[in-house]
Amino acid sequence: MGRYVIRRTLFAIPTLIVISLIIFAILDLAPGDPAANLPLTIPAEVREAIRESLGLNDPFLLQWLKWMRLMFINEPLHTIESIFNVCIGDCEARDRILSWSSRAPALDIIWQRMPQTLWVLGGAFIIGALIAIPVGIVSAYRQYSWFDNLGTFFSTIGFSVPTFFTGILAIIIFSVALGWFPSFYDTTLVVNSWDTFVLQVKQMIMPVVVLSLFNAAALARFTRASMLDNLNEDYVRTARSKGVGETKVVMVHVLRNSLIPVVTLLALQIPGIFGGAIITEQIFRINGIGQLLIAAIGQSDVPMVQTLTFIFAVLIVLFNLIADVTYGVLDPRIRYD
Amino acid sequence: MATTQERVESQVLAPAGERTEKYRSLRSDVWRQFKRHKGAVAGLILMALIVLAVVVGPLVWPPDPYAIDTTVANQGPSADHPFGTDNLGRDLLARSLIGGRISLSVGFAAMLVGLILGTAVGVIAGFFRRLDGPLMRVTDLFLALPILPLLLVVVMLFREPLKQSFGEELGIFLLVVVIIGATSWMTTARVVRGDVLSIKEKEFVLAAQSIGTRKRNVIMRHIIPNTMSPVMVSAALGVAGAIITESALSFLGLGFPASFPTWGRLVFDGRNYLHLNPAWILAPGALISLTVMSVNFIGDGIRDALDPKLRSR
Repeated sequence: MGRYVIRRTLFAIPTLIVISLIIFAILDLAPGDPAANLPLTIPAEVREAIRESLGLNDPFLLQWLKWMRLMFINEPLHTIESIFNVCIGDCEARDRILSWSSRAPALDIIWQRMPQTLWVLGGAFIIGALIAIPVGIVSAYRQYSWFDNLGTFFSTIGFSVPTFFTGILAIIIFSVALGWFPSFYDTTLVVNSWDTFVLQVKQMIMPVVVLSLFNAAALARFTRASMLDNLNEDYVRTARSKGVGETKVVMVHVLRNSLIPVVTLLALQIPGIFGGAIITEQIFRINGIGQLLIAAIGQSDVPMVQTLTFIFAVLIVLFNLIADVTYGVLDPRIRYD
Repeated sequence: MATTQERVESQVLAPAGERTEKYRSLRSDVWRQFKRHKGAVAGLILMALIVLAVVVGPLVWPPDPYAIDTTVANQGPSADHPFGTDNLGRDLLARSLIGGRISLSVGFAAMLVGLILGTAVGVIAGFFRRLDGPLMRVTDLFLALPILPLLLVVVMLFREPLKQSFGEELGIFLLVVVIIGATSWMTTARVVRGDVLSIKEKEFVLAAQSIGTRKRNVIMRHIIPNTMSPVMVSAALGVAGAIITESALSFLGLGFPASFPTWGRLVFDGRNYLHLNPAWILAPGALISLTVMSVNFIGDGIRDALDPKLRSR
């Protein structure tokens, strides 16, 4: 198992390098000038000096290598230094990736925004799975029952209605009409008492539920289809004829085998889930990394956009890796290919 | 092409017991099974109605979608304006109808781009063993890309130059169609590759090759027609995905400009008037959802109808 995990991890590194190259290539191929948003009153030679100082005149491969050095050498060193409060080499003069609009290190801003995104995303993922897998199991076990028909109908609706529409509907119903939940997310809230905890739960409910419904719909369908494939297999009949209890047959034998394709499909959906998170943050005004990305794009803040897109890629590859490892746990054959 | 496919598939797929019965073509069999799927039939009818409304609607419904009349701004639904009006008093039914033309054509065009790309990659990877490895690595890489952030970046960077060279409407249309197509071909490619790998070992391909058919013709006449069933399912899902992506881009303010009221753009414009005029976003949002839902149901129906295990029931 250890070797399998190491192999998958090593495979993720070239993927990330190529993705960062693609991000740079797109930004470089684009005919737009990142310095075009500077005021027109700036004289031409000053503008040229600004371009020079930002490194915009360098060839694109050099720009990419410089960014790689900052991202993979300087930033980790800085993180180590700030954790252990030590100084390695010339820590005072070390360059970091700076956002053009705020002149602050891009990763510092990203770390401030990350918890909000991960809370909503993680909550949505867990709640989605908790709803979807039981629904999928029951739907498959009682195929064509009223529960199955209802579940299939609602899951098709669930992944047909885009998150931005369910989100807005939720705001209209629960914030505007009923006034139960706040329509935006207050990140300044510090949870230090029961009342603030209740407030925190209240403001998280809508974004988490909206995002999890979308995930749950697809997941429930996959689980159902996969369970149906496995329920008629010979090994299920064998287990029953040996006298294994029905609950154990379904929950252990069938479910474990059925989850294998579900995990694969889930891994394929991960980029979509992150896309949904960006939209959800925009609807509920959560200041996570998705909203940061939209703001950075609006300000043509190139280093911020590069770094954020790369962070999204890292998160996606990381979740894919988790899915791969889960896959290996569920199916021992995978580990030895 | 279709006749080759039917002949081949009816020979390959027809269960032995049915040979004595009256000859039934694959197409009629598939249609018979498709009609049994209630959701798919409902989806097909709904889709036809939406397409009809969007094509004919703007000719029949009198109000001008661009005419500003601030005396009737921000009204709820009424007899004059069934979907209400926006903050400039423009009729939202007329805007939804005209916007639907753009939303639907983006959906279909992007689906076609993705489908052609996906089929090409899938067929090449499945047919030529040497290219299989590299092409599948590229597919895996595309599956790991952060699609929405990249789409947003590309729209930001390429919108202005394309607007200048192709004009506002065509420029942004081409941009949105190409980038959605270019990032949605991967599942089609994988499924087609799997199919091609098994089809190219079949006897009829061997027969074609042994009488000296050129590779190009083997692919065009024998391989591609036989991969059409998974491709049709991908097509339905592709339309749904493209419509959702386009509306998501517009909703984030990085799709069509305000003068082209696609459904996503209408939701984006209306979201700041939630408290004042909820009808503004309900109608276009419901239209997106209904369209995507009907396309998904049609896709389900096609999948079931093309599945020989289900069809012989």
